[in-house]
Amino acid sequence: MSFLLDCPHCGPRDAAEFHYQGEVTSRPESPPTLRELTDYVYFRDNVAGLQREWWYHRLGCGLWFVAERDTRTNEVLRTEVHKPARPVA
Amino acid sequence: MRLPPQPNERIDRDAPVAFELDGRRVEGCAGDSLGSALYASGRRVFSRSFKYHRPRGLVCCSGNCPNCLMTVDGVPNVRVCVEPIRAGANVRAQNVLGSLDRDLLAVVDRVGGPFTPVGFYYRTMIRPRRLWPYYEKLLRNLAGLGRVGGAGERRYDVEHRRVKTLVIGGGRSGRAAAEAAGGDALLVDERGGFVPVGYELLAPACALGIYEGGLVPVAAGDVLHRIRAERIVVATGTIEQPLVFPGNDLVGVVLPGAVRRLVEDWAIKPGRRAVVIGADESGCAVTEQLAAAGVEVARVVDLRESPVVEIAAEGRRGLLAGVTVDGEQLACDLLVASGGRQPAYSLLAQAGARIEYDAARATFVPVEVPAGIEAVGSVTGDDGRVAVPAASYNGARGKCFACLCEDVTEKDLKRAVAEGFDSIELAKRYTTVTMGPCQGKLCQVASIRLLARELETGEEAIGTTTARPPWAPVELGLLAGRHHEPVKRSPLHARHLAAGAQMMWTGQWQRPFCYGGGDPAAEVRAVHDSLGVIDVSTLGKLVVEGPDAAEFLERLYPNRFADLRVGRVRYGVLTSDGGRIMDDGTIARLDDELFYVTTTSTGSESVCEWFEWWNAVWGYRVEIVNVTGALAAINLAGPSAREALAPLTDADVSPDAFRYLGARELRVAGVPCLALRIGFVGELGYELHCSALAAEPLWDALVHAGAVPFGLEAQRVLRLEKAHIIVGQDTDSESNLLSAGMPWIVKRDKDDFVGKWAVEHASVRERLVGFTMGDRVVPVEGAQVVRDGRPAGRVTSARISERLGHVVGLAWVAPEQAADGAEISIRIGGEPRRAVVTLAPFYDPEGKLLRS
Repeated sequence: MSFLLDCPHCGPRDAAEFHYQGEVTSRPESPPTLRELTDYVYFRDNVAGLQREWWYHRLGCGLWFVAERDTRTNEVLRTEVHKPARPVA
Repeated sequence: MRLPPQPNERIDRDAPVAFELDGRRVEGCAGDSLGSALYASGRRVFSRSFKYHRPRGLVCCSGNCPNCLMTVDGVPNVRVCVEPIRAGANVRAQNVLGSLDRDLLAVVDRVGGPFTPVGFYYRTMIRPRRLWPYYEKLLRNLAGLGRVGGAGERRYDVEHRRVKTLVIGGGRSGRAAAEAAGGDALLVDERGGFVPVGYELLAPACALGIYEGGLVPVAAGDVLHRIRAERIVVATGTIEQPLVFPGNDLVGVVLPGAVRRLVEDWAIKPGRRAVVIGADESGCAVTEQLAAAGVEVARVVDLRESPVVEIAAEGRRGLLAGVTVDGEQLACDLLVASGGRQPAYSLLAQAGARIEYDAARATFVPVEVPAGIEAVGSVTGDDGRVAVPAASYNGARGKCFACLCEDVTEKDLKRAVAEGFDSIELAKRYTTVTMGPCQGKLCQVASIRLLARELETGEEAIGTTTARPPWAPVELGLLAGRHHEPVKRSPLHARHLAAGAQMMWTGQWQRPFCYGGGDPAAEVRAVHDSLGVIDVSTLGKLVVEGPDAAEFLERLYPNRFADLRVGRVRYGVLTSDGGRIMDDGTIARLDDELFYVTTTSTGSESVCEWFEWWNAVWGYRVEIVNVTGALAAINLAGPSAREALAPLTDADVSPDAFRYLGARELRVAGVPCLALRIGFVGELGYELHCSALAAEPLWDALVHAGAVPFGLEAQRVLRLEKAHIIVGQDTDSESNLLSAGMPWIVKRDKDDFVGKWAVEHASVRERLVGFTMGDRVVPVEGAQVVRDGRPAGRVTSARISERLGHVVGLAWVAPEQAADGAEISIRIGGEPRRAVVTLAPFYDPEGKLLRS
């Protein structure tokens, strides 16, 4: 694994500088059943293809961002800062 | 042995350089390689083969083959044919019992016939199985290359570089490509020896592979260059291939390139009488060079004109004595035999190019080279030469070697096919052909051709094995890089050493186990009876600030933080959405929008990352700063903590003014501190956080006031007496807040917190409880809790409490046993021993001392 990742803050850097956090999941919005909870905590799509995933620039600026990567080729199509919906205060 | 001066010779005849081979002095010239100097001095046997211990001599003189591997100054497997000569070098033969010329293990070659077919050891010596370790030891001594570890401490470094154009290979095409690319080009070459024109040259250096993202690791001496290039030009040229015939490994059978280098570079006469067998132009072209060097050429065989010939070399004591070509016997001491040139496509194949057999040129060529990578020169196969398949190997006399590295013969490959290993990938794994030091440079094509013939098919049907890095031999140290073992030291490290502390590792931190007296029990007593002080600077420390800080923490922790008043501290545990207990610490509210969070000593980075991640998900208006390294923390604890602190500060620290779980900024001995009044070790205590720069004066003032420094062991006992858990020691990935005995921390009426749903769905299969044992026998951590003779839990922590006079500990037990006074049985030394469950803290269960 030696591809480059385009950190939205620092630009293209070696993938070894980053911590991979797995695919972007959606947290249940209302109390889940045990099955829904288990799905959310343990199950992943594990696609062979385009995947949205979390990366952390651990040895750099410390930014969390989302990358779109083809898991078959490690081609990173784009990276972006996650835009959360503002939580209900 | 030296010829008269040659036009392009690399040696400086006026600069003699001497070194030793196995204790004997050898003299060469500056510009020689160790190998050329040895050859010039008359040495012909350079190594003994891997399995049969047959004598082997120079074959390629270009660092491709395994025949000249020696140990140089303790470094094993140095290719002396390309290793520059250096004065005083200590060169030793390897894989030899006796000497290079008389190797006692050569007996394997003579009598081993029936015992050394491929796979013999593994098939035969596996029974009886218990003897295998002994066989293995024996075999490892008989076969194998040099020994590791003789070179002492060497330092390796890694250098990262980015270039526009990287050219690999400094032949004609490579140099032209680099010149055309201009100033931003870097050319990497294994030999160098030319002047770069308008580009940068890195030589001698070897590209080891092409990885994704255009990453090319290049080995150059003790430095590994990790080069990123936008454009990679591969100009690795071709590799001359040996022919397979009986006796093709005899000393004196060489490739044309060896002749070229010996004569042109080092002005050495390679032999007296030669026979030349070539399959292409360059193979036959050495004839003139030999004649010019005064070598008598007995016969030249151009395989393009007469493709099928019977060749058999004969030798005496491993040295070439003659060759029979189609029945004609020729005496010679040099046989230049070449099976044509094969493009060195490996790097291109690694990068994703497809390798295809070109029947017209009888070579494998790279096609479909991926974007960003270019192939130039003869590596493309387009160099105009026409070659033919290698010659026959039908002779019955002597072994025909397909692979010099691993001593794989044509018979071994045939046998592999006969046993069903008939694909090249299987035959490779079964016979280990192409798996030796040359990595297939000289045996890949030969083995493919052999397989094709054996299976009566074409080379294109056999295909090639997968090309993988490293393309050239590389020292493991170079891949490992410089030896890094990060050490974290607290700002008080020097004070601990001065106090005679026994230091211990806790993760990357060095911390005092106990101090000079070597008596942790005395340190515990000091804390209980009067006053102790411990350096807790290793605690993770985060500042969380912003309009949403309270809500953010409220949502991360199971308990409440929105209602935490300014100037107060609360204990908190972090869990994941799966319910796993991740870390714990204290959270102090310093202002409406400002919180100070401590984590465990090992958790500072992971908790910071965790906070940052959830904030990226949720998008609160919060800033998180890790201040662990900037601040020191010192915990002052014991019944007289207040009396000791009062004279050191102007602030009012009376029980009413500075209550339990209060957080205040105050000056202690002139040092600005954030003081947290928490019960870290179960006695009245103040945790003082200050700038790391001011840690020493603060520590000195506290010690001067009578506080006894205590170490980790005392802290462990003190905290265990309070039944405080250590996350990761007493809990594991299966633990949840309910099973770990912390249901009180879960505020179920909160709308949401990370881990809430896991608690709601949690099942409690076992419980973490305290236990006491009457006698002074301490169970080890991990000791079994047994019930009806069966395992029913385990001990996670146990110590003798001198204050209480018995053993205290924590253990996982069945839920039915998690009741005050329940009797459990703990196995110690095979014997079950009685223990009693206690749910409350062992010491000061009501926490009166903390609040005093």
